Amino acid sequence: MTFANDAPLARYRTMRRIRTFEERVGELFLKGESAGSMLHLSIGEEAVVGLTDHMAEGDTFTTHHRGHGIFLARGADPMRMLAEIAGREAGYCRGKGGSMHIADRGLGHLGANAIVGGGIPHVVGAGITARNTGTRVVSVAFFGDGGMGQGILYEAMNMAALWKLPVVFCCINNQYGMGTRVDRSAGRQDFPARAEAFGLRAARADGSDVEAVHDAAQAIVEGARDGQPGFMEIDAYRFHGHARMDKSPYRTPEEEEEGRARDPLATARTSLADDTLLDTIDAEAEAEMDTAMKTAIAATPPASDTMFQDVYDPSTPAPRPQRARLADVLEERA
Amino acid sequence: MTQTTYRDALLQALLDAMDADETVILMGEEVGLYGGAYGVTKGMLDRFGANRVIDTPISEPAIVGAAIGAAMTGLRPVAEIMYVDFAGMVMDQLANQAAKSRYMFGGQIGVPMVLRTQGGTGRSAAAQHSQSLEAWMMHTPGLRLCMPGTVSDAYHLLRDAMRQPDPVVFIEHKGLYTMKGEIGDVPDAPWGQPAIRRRGGDLTIASYSRMLQETLTAAEALAPEIETEVVDLRCLNPLDDGPLMDSVRRTGRCLIVTEAVTTCSVASEIAARVSEQCFDWLEEPPLRLGGEDIPIPVSPALERASIPDARLIEDVARWLVAREAPSWAA
Repeated sequence: MTFANDAPLARYRTMRRIRTFEERVGELFLKGESAGSMLHLSIGEEAVVGLTDHMAEGDTFTTHHRGHGIFLARGADPMRMLAEIAGREAGYCRGKGGSMHIADRGLGHLGANAIVGGGIPHVVGAGITARNTGTRVVSVAFFGDGGMGQGILYEAMNMAALWKLPVVFCCINNQYGMGTRVDRSAGRQDFPARAEAFGLRAARADGSDVEAVHDAAQAIVEGARDGQPGFMEIDAYRFHGHARMDKSPYRTPEEEEEGRARDPLATARTSLADDTLLDTIDAEAEAEMDTAMKTAIAATPPASDTMFQDVYDPSTPAPRPQRARLADVLEERA
Repeated sequence: MTQTTYRDALLQALLDAMDADETVILMGEEVGLYGGAYGVTKGMLDRFGANRVIDTPISEPAIVGAAIGAAMTGLRPVAEIMYVDFAGMVMDQLANQAAKSRYMFGGQIGVPMVLRTQGGTGRSAAAQHSQSLEAWMMHTPGLRLCMPGTVSDAYHLLRDAMRQPDPVVFIEHKGLYTMKGEIGDVPDAPWGQPAIRRRGGDLTIASYSRMLQETLTAAEALAPEIETEVVDLRCLNPLDDGPLMDSVRRTGRCLIVTEAVTTCSVASEIAARVSEQCFDWLEEPPLRLGGEDIPIPVSPALERASIPDARLIEDVARWLVAREAPSWAA
């Protein structure tokens, strides 16, 4: 069956791939194959696809620590992501970065960041590059409601507005900065109003409805492309704990039930109303992610001497291993 | 050859780099219309326009952050932080972002930017505008660090810094801007290596930035009884210590002179390396001579007394070589 407009179906497919991917990340941890437990799942936040769908080839972006879904939506290879999360050489960053530091210059991913707000100002610089080189590239900073507390966001929004840069600030409000609900961290929760105060075009959309996000994001992203920087809040719910080990004891079962009912995948299924087709898509996603996980687990860890690579540009000497330095001292003293 | 100032040598380096490469941009507080807090970038806004000489709001973290993003996407930004003391504002962007991006991202994304700033005492600028914070930068793998102590290095090290594929912190000294000298046709030493500023067989003194000049004055006063070898470390991170160790093995004595607070300083690191690598050659322990372990006081008398000068360097050198105890050690 075909739809008059295939895009909503494609968005559903991307959202399903994200969710299935994140479920596999959880399994990777349970199998003992992940590098550590600093794994922040974006389940419940898949409607970000409504914004990323307005991004084009060449556009750049930075993400926070909960950025797996965003990167998948921008074309990431799930196997290389899982390999990175598992600390394997085949990963996007050769096992140096992990879940919180995935990047891929080719796909425009300038880096996931584990410092809250850390990657936000980088899009201002990318915007300067776009302006100075005369491209139509947009750069998007993705962050959470926790990032709304960081001063550097306001510095960056001010610069973007001042210099009319092709930049979008996208706050995926999942209601929690770690264990602190947004009503315990924000004096006034109208985030778009903050952005508007700086001179940005701002919008807020229901994160349980990817089509609503898509509609609202159009003017924001296209406006930015034309030199009117924007801000987008996606109102979502973090289905799971902060990281893999967090069982969210700070929230009630009732709240979680209500929050998880705001499920962008369920909303899309209802709207697309073709269970057979959607089930096929789901099955394809399962198969894809199973294969990706199997391949990632089978991949080899990096050789230990690679730890000295890429501290500096490879054209310059790598840091000297400690054992070599000590061996020199001992030899001279012998 | 014509004499110029440290300040104009820096300006010349920026002009030449921006003429040669249109991806080079300047950004920072007061770099444009004002011409730079110490006048280094005077005239650059008129010459290159506001897209390349960018006056920023007073937002140090985002200045560095924006420079990082510009560097990641193909420009060669020179960001300016007016005083190195403001490093406290920018250390996340510097140490967690600029320094680590190449590594965290598996070598894919370099950050070819220069962070120009200035530090040091000499203007009674008090505790938050007079520090020497190079150890913070040296303690961070992924950053490069250089500190020019001569007019020629002000030009050549800045040109070299702007060609590096990695982030470079470039710390000028506020007390050197009016110093006169010549810009050599070629650098005094290759990028990343120390320069031997004076030859001598009795004692090695390692220094950099303004203390290099104090050290050279002391060395002149010590001659001919004590012949001092003066090693200008210039590029501190990564530090090529080979020429320094060669020198100490010849002289058997090493004094390290800096302006920074002494505890956990560059001088401490050098002393540790000399101890490890030159143990059998040393006649005396390597000595650190640095700033007192105090915040910088504003009173000129106190400020002067809190850091080494040529006279103190001379005292310590005579003690190390000739066992002449200075009056304050009696």
